Amino acid sequence: MTIASYVFLIIGGLFFLLGGLGVLRMPDTFNRIQAGTKATTLGAFSTLIGVGLGNLDWAFKIVLIIVFIVISNPIGSSAIAKATYKSKQIPDNLVQDELANRGDAK
Amino acid sequence: MKYLATFLVMFVVYLFLAGFTLDEVILGSIVSAALTLILVKFVDFRIDWKFPWKLVKFVFVYLPLFIWKLIVANFDVARRVLTPKIPLNPGIVKVKTNLKGDFGKLTLANSITLTPGTLSIDVEDDYIYVHTVDVKGQNEEENRKNISEPFEKVLGGIFK
Repeated sequence: MTIASYVFLIIGGLFFLLGGLGVLRMPDTFNRIQAGTKATTLGAFSTLIGVGLGNLDWAFKIVLIIVFIVISNPIGSSAIAKATYKSKQIPDNLVQDELANRGDAK
Repeated sequence: MKYLATFLVMFVVYLFLAGFTLDEVILGSIVSAALTLILVKFVDFRIDWKFPWKLVKFVFVYLPLFIWKLIVANFDVARRVLTPKIPLNPGIVKVKTNLKGDFGKLTLANSITLTPGTLSIDVEDDYIYVHTVDVKGQNEEENRKNISEPFEKVLGGIFK
């Protein structure tokens, strides 16, 4: 059990590392948000499962924390993306932009 | 009815956080009752008799698909990040959804955000605006197939 817990913690750490690397390396805001959201969500999952396996008393709390993270993490990133678009920080590498066709996109 | 639903939600969350002992059940019911009286004006929880069945479907049909997609998404991010020249072909596309309820749309948009190479930016009426790392489809229908089809099918059975 302890070994499984450590394995999950290390995997979680690796995903966080990849997420951080993604935020650094991606060229524009939207792609950075993408890399950040996915990697941190799975990283948090994995880390929390590792903690939960290490101390089984916390299992229910961990489940609840995971539920909150999985609801709030994508909402947060959508909100940032929307704010980015509304403040016209639109990267010029988009090959297609259907939000621009919408009436209130100005 | 409304009071009961709010109370149940508060109570379950409380017990999950505090643990399942008799003390906590007693204190939890008092706290939840007090919170219910305060919060009932602001929230809108209703009792839905199909809820347990929906929850079972949600956990056993939707969650495995979701977790699988999340893992795929992470390896996709890892591949892109570790490639010396990052492969990108980004764009914002519009995806139509058939889900009607707010909660269904929220779940769909969240799922899209956490699947490989996509990020939902905005939801408007029946359309979700999605930023994709790699635009593949030529028209709306193809994009829909690539981005939201698997989730739509599963969530359609749960949320309508």
